[in-house]
Amino acid sequence: MPSAPPSLRTIPITLTINGRRHDLDVAPWTSLLDLLREDLKLCGTKKGCDHGQCGACTVLVDGVRINSCLSLAVMRDGAEITTIEGLGTPERLHPMQRAFMEHDALQCGYCTPGQICSAVGLVSEGHAHSRAEIRELMSGNLCRCGAYTNIADAVEDILEQQQKAAAE
Amino acid sequence: MKRFDYLKAASIREAVSALAGDPKARMIAGGTNLVDLMKYDVEAPGLLVDINGLDLKRIEETETGYRIGALVTNSDLAYHPGVVRRFPLLASAILAGASPQLRNAATTGGNINQRTRCYYFYDPATRCNKRQPGSGCDAIGGVTRIHAILGASEACIATHPSDMCVALAALDAVVEVEGPEGRRDIAFLDYHRLPGDTPERDNTLRHGEIVTAIRLEGEAAARHHTYLKLRDRLSYAFALVSAAVDLKIENGKISRARVALGGVAHKPWRDLDAEGMLVGREPSAEATDAFAARLLAGAKGQGGNDFKITLAERVIRRALRQAAAGTPQIQHEKAIA
Repeated sequence: MPSAPPSLRTIPITLTINGRRHDLDVAPWTSLLDLLREDLKLCGTKKGCDHGQCGACTVLVDGVRINSCLSLAVMRDGAEITTIEGLGTPERLHPMQRAFMEHDALQCGYCTPGQICSAVGLVSEGHAHSRAEIRELMSGNLCRCGAYTNIADAVEDILEQQQKAAAE
Repeated sequence: MKRFDYLKAASIREAVSALAGDPKARMIAGGTNLVDLMKYDVEAPGLLVDINGLDLKRIEETETGYRIGALVTNSDLAYHPGVVRRFPLLASAILAGASPQLRNAATTGGNINQRTRCYYFYDPATRCNKRQPGSGCDAIGGVTRIHAILGASEACIATHPSDMCVALAALDAVVEVEGPEGRRDIAFLDYHRLPGDTPERDNTLRHGEIVTAIRLEGEAAARHHTYLKLRDRLSYAFALVSAAVDLKIENGKISRARVALGGVAHKPWRDLDAEGMLVGREPSAEATDAFAARLLAGAKGQGGNDFKITLAERVIRRALRQAAAGTPQIQHEKAIA
């Protein structure tokens, strides 16, 4: 049976974004990234390549880092999303945001929200135990300014602080 | 992206019947490959069947191994303690692929069903028999750095891009599928196919069938294994050539050898006859060289990928040495032993 033309109907979904519940009607072809940026005006999450190659669009979905450009919003019905806006505020920075500032882990800053969300995801995953592992597990985030050394320093700093806190 | 209708499948039955009833329907799980292809208009489904609500997210221990639900993410599989202990080759291969963000979203079923990364397949301005059957192949005679050296045809020289699948091929995994005519098992080596004159078909799934699980069975090497992947940058790139090796060594001699190559063909490449040449022999340079020569006997370059034939010989040699020594490649360590 040949398909009829698409009906262009929207789908009702509920997302909790940065702690706030949103009841939304989304077109099924809307990426999670476009929903965040275009509909909800949460422009901290960046669109770099829009093809899952650069990591600038990294957000946390139920605490897990993913590329928001390769996820359709409709697939995430019921999820809790954390973007850079939900990690911290200028007055109350997230420790990872502070570490990026202290280690000068950016130049132009365009990849930084994705880098920070990715780094927060990396820490909670708990699989990075060395500099080499940090670098490998941050490899999904490209930085065209080449701030990689300082980004790795920032992440290493937070991991060490966490280990110290756990030891005490 | 072209517009489409959306259906959230409530059961495997519903997903199967939606797919079987509509030739323009496609299934979505993690979305990491399909959404990308839809953005390029390479895929333009009329109906998207979302299977994320199905109960296919568990890794179950069976009497002989593990049953991995099709919706288990690549990350959950790679870090599963039982899989890491009993099938370390698989865990290692998964961690050699993609990025953490992609592995967190991508699923087991999606990984085996991902499409080629051939530049021409991705570019609707060019001719591609896989994208548009009968249109021709602009890869042949074009830029062929990433293309096949084994099993290619006049119609298609694309490679299968997965790392995970190379390990699953070496481990003789089984694919469980369910379709309009019920359930069946497909041996992993029979799942993907060579292009021949129908390169639009990547695998042997029948119309309306979906992958529900992958089974790992039997004994795999705990020490004598490796996944060695060479690529154009050290992380987050597809393989130019990779090898998954699983050896059983008894009294200093190889009693079973399973070797699959990635990045070289339309499917993970294994040659059971060639593997037989290693059985009964001590791991040695002579045995390895003879095996590599046999495995690559039909290799043919396309110009831009001629280097892959030499690279593949070296990958086979080094991977066999790593596996024999019990020093598998550690994916975050970039030096190769």
